Amino acid sequence: MSYQVDEKGYYGEFGGAYIPEMLYPNVEELRSRYLEIMKEESFQKEFKELLKEYVGRPTPLYYAKRFSEKYGTKVYLKREDLCHTGAHKVNNTIGQILMAQKLGKKRIIAETGAGQHGVATATVCALMGMECIVYMGEIDIDRQAPNVARMKMLGAKVVPAKSGSRTLKDATNEAIRDWINNPVDTHYIIGSVVGPHPYPDMVARFQAVISEEIKSQLQEMEGKEDPDYVVACVGGGSNAAGAYYHYLDNPEVGIIAVEAAGKGVDSGESAATSALGKAGIIHGSKTLLMQTGDGQITEPYSISAGLDYPGVGPMHANLYTSGRGEFISITDEDAMKAGLELAKLEGIIPAIETSHALAIFESRKFEKDDIVVVNLSGRGDKDLNTYIEYFNL
Amino acid sequence: MNRINKKLQEDKKLLSIYFTAGYPNLGDTEKIIEDLENSGVDFIEIGLPFSDPLADGPTIQESSTMALKNGMTTTKLFEQLEGIRNKVEIPLIIMGYFNPMLQYGVEEFCKKCQKAGIDGLIIPDLPVDVYHEKYKQLLEKYGLRNIFLITPQTSDERIKYIDSVSDGFIYMVSSASVTGSTSGFGEETKAYFKRVNELQLKNPQIVGFGIKDRETFEQATEYASGAIIGSAFIKHLNEHGTGNIASFVQNVKALT
Repeated sequence: MSYQVDEKGYYGEFGGAYIPEMLYPNVEELRSRYLEIMKEESFQKEFKELLKEYVGRPTPLYYAKRFSEKYGTKVYLKREDLCHTGAHKVNNTIGQILMAQKLGKKRIIAETGAGQHGVATATVCALMGMECIVYMGEIDIDRQAPNVARMKMLGAKVVPAKSGSRTLKDATNEAIRDWINNPVDTHYIIGSVVGPHPYPDMVARFQAVISEEIKSQLQEMEGKEDPDYVVACVGGGSNAAGAYYHYLDNPEVGIIAVEAAGKGVDSGESAATSALGKAGIIHGSKTLLMQTGDGQITEPYSISAGLDYPGVGPMHANLYTSGRGEFISITDEDAMKAGLELAKLEGIIPAIETSHALAIFESRKFEKDDIVVVNLSGRGDKDLNTYIEYFNL
Repeated sequence: MNRINKKLQEDKKLLSIYFTAGYPNLGDTEKIIEDLENSGVDFIEIGLPFSDPLADGPTIQESSTMALKNGMTTTKLFEQLEGIRNKVEIPLIIMGYFNPMLQYGVEEFCKKCQKAGIDGLIIPDLPVDVYHEKYKQLLEKYGLRNIFLITPQTSDERIKYIDSVSDGFIYMVSSASVTGSTSGFGEETKAYFKRVNELQLKNPQIVGFGIKDRETFEQATEYASGAIIGSAFIKHLNEHGTGNIASFVQNVKALT
């Protein structure tokens, strides 16, 4: 059994394309062409060159000595925080903008929550000289002013999503509506491994460079390609999908997914989708999602704006229900402490999303010789205000 | 015979009206249905509100948000529809997104529809292939017609496929848009109506999206069997409440 997508676009029972007919031509065009385009030599060449020269890949795999000593195991950090724009998100936007060009699209739309994906999209649009419209919840626009300014500097138009709860899920709805209204010239750059097939698979493939690099780097440093565990935080789950990708079907490698418990899984203010979600349909994908008994999608909560998505990518829903992945949820408090700890032990200030993944070592114990790779998905610059307020810095 | 199929045999241009259940007030469902029937409307689409209606524009989304705030749920809607067949004969179609139906249990949902006298469903985010593979038999078991959408971007081949799995009518979306966002039909749209008309489908087509008054109704039905009004009716309810439904309908269509 494989944990990769099947030919119909499903991961086990999850995935598929539950989309209105108005979206069918767009999604079908992408579905029928994405694999063939990604295989083209010219595409691969350009993608790899940009990742190397523009994004700064390969990112280091760093042995975190002091952190490892503290927790009595061998912890490696995959430094996605050193990517241009500060997080792994750009791997996907580089891939998708090249895809959009191959498809002959002239106009790019995207959704964003905290603004990281919006910035990564605006960045590649500037790079390619393409029109860029980013939908962002009205509430998030207020909360994330620096990223709104970044997008504007990069030439993007930021459109407030004023419907529903005015956050990420509503920004996604608005982006999808834009795509319905502009079916011919527009490509929608989804920011995570969510949405209708082929998006979860396509985004995972663009992020797969993370685990591809881990393999060769670990080979060099440890004399073997496979760690004992790969750990990543999961909101929609794109950094996790990239970090797991080449290990999904290798049972020797443990997969650990870390979700945001918010104020506690049972507090009513949480984003722990695997624990709290039920199978359903969100943004065109069958997956686990947080919803009322009546099937209305609910608003999650996490101190980290990148993890408060009410759904999770279908790959991860399948990893959870099949038991292939070990799912752990971490509260705001434990994540914040872990972020501060990494700063003090290793001189690296992580994004709060990533801090969730780092926090598991307090309770999840590993063997002394275990090799544990944590995907350090983003840097903490964008979260400074939250850190300042939380710790009275 | 299913009321939808029977209605489609009538020799006139059919008017279908959409409203969101639970809007403007939670208890308005029955009155709106009765008034629409009495005003000479031919089909009614009862919108089951959803938190994230992707295919709808702001007007219908806002009415859905309000309906949910008012306390509308799937269970509540079926309660409200319990005695409706003692009062009206008009074909009733529930239009809703798939997730609330999934959570209710698709079979249970269909069973309740049959019990209430619902004739068909429109589920915009249930794609035709998934329907065909997994749910067609279930809907048929409970006497429900499933209505599919087509758009100007839908290929002839796919339109024919949709026609082959449909029994009732085809919901012809007038333009590439979400609901409530167009004004009038251009030459391109008319050419599309004509193209679909010339495919000689077994199911009649009813046009939706962008119809709001007599002029757009007449344009839309030149090549189609009827037309659907949604957002414009919601706007009317928003401005005038439920007291004035007949006049809205008369502005669109002379009583036949």
